[in-house]
Amino acid sequence: MAEPVTEKATVELTIDGKRVRAEQGEKILWAALAEGIAIPHLCAIKEAEPPLGTCRLCLVEVEGQGVVASCVESVREGMVVHTDGERAVALRRRAMELLLADHPLECKDCPKKGKCDFLQLSIAMKVKRPKNYRPFPREELPVDASHPRIIFDPNKCIRCGRCVWVCKERVGEVPFDFIQKGYEMRLTTFMDKPLGESDCTGCGECVEVCPVAALCFKEGG
Amino acid sequence: MEELQELLKTYPANRHSLLRILQAAQRQMGYLPGEALREVASYVGVSPAEVYGVATFYNQFRFIPYGTHHTVVCLGTACHAMGGQLILDAFERELDIKAGEITPDHEWSLDRVGCIGCCTKAPVVVMNDAINAKMTPFKVEEVLAGLGLQLKRSTDSEGEEAGEREPQ
Ligand code: FES
Ligand code: FES
Repeated sequence: MAEPVTEKATVELTIDGKRVRAEQGEKILWAALAEGIAIPHLCAIKEAEPPLGTCRLCLVEVEGQGVVASCVESVREGMVVHTDGERAVALRRRAMELLLADHPLECKDCPKKGKCDFLQLSIAMKVKRPKNYRPFPREELPVDASHPRIIFDPNKCIRCGRCVWVCKERVGEVPFDFIQKGYEMRLTTFMDKPLGESDCTGCGECVEVCPVAALCFKEGG
Repeated sequence: MEELQELLKTYPANRHSLLRILQAAQRQMGYLPGEALREVASYVGVSPAEVYGVATFYNQFRFIPYGTHHTVVCLGTACHAMGGQLILDAFERELDIKAGEITPDHEWSLDRVGCIGCCTKAPVVVMNDAINAKMTPFKVEEVLAGLGLQLKRSTDSEGEEAGEREPQ
């Protein structure tokens, strides 16, 4: 994880018409942000290797290559990136709509109220929750309050995977992971047991990185 | 579990062997109990939660044993169109379990699948590896009673040819 400060080869690329120098292997997203060029992003963690690339909110266009996730794609010499290409913007908005469609918007009594990265980003992207994407709403899952410190509400989870990454990285033995696939995919512990019965130490690293209120501290963390 | 240990030793202890180990373990035990998943996890050096995640991704793995009588209800296109869901409902009602579950006495287990391949006989149910064609909810009771299940509401009509009726 610790980046060696030794001379790393750099490459030159163009982002939105601006010439940018970036370290070889750097992802487009971080190179752009360092230059003050904003790209929406939610799941990205700079140290994550391989990147999570789950939210698809950071899509940009690369000339000669098409639409790519900027948090996953590395910079290359001579690359020409457009962050506001029509297609990329449309796909980003669609990705946001799909996430919102699946998320209970009960923001008024949400413990993350005012600190929700997800809500803030949706406002910044000016995307509203679509009315009719989900003819059958997702089955409501029980909230897991079995752990002394942490409350897990699977209904709010957007499946970005930041919690799993941070737990693996900082703590080691991860008590939870994603199970199943597709629409049924969700975060849970080994054998679907309550979090309180798992090895979770309650350190709260996962709560810190959760962009929604799926993982919260008890007492309105 | 000793057998599992023996089996584990025949695979390299890394995460790339995970799927092959899970398949072999299921072949050996018929299903993947929690303790087995834990042992596999510690052998390949992956967290149990991740092993569980991988295993649940694939439909081929099951986490409960088979009952003495294992029932599979087809919900493929043809069987679905011919009322397969009603058949499944009837089994769930009579056995008092949901698809993918097993009764507490381990006598009965229930599953649903896509097409079995004999759509002309829809709706189809496979019980103990035998095909039951053109099922009706009534025939469900009949078959279960025939295998010795104490039915919920006692069917006094011994239910002869009534089940032979063709579904519309
Ligand atoms: S920030 Fe790139 S996919 Fe989520
Ligand atoms: S759909 Fe049931 S056998 Fe083909």
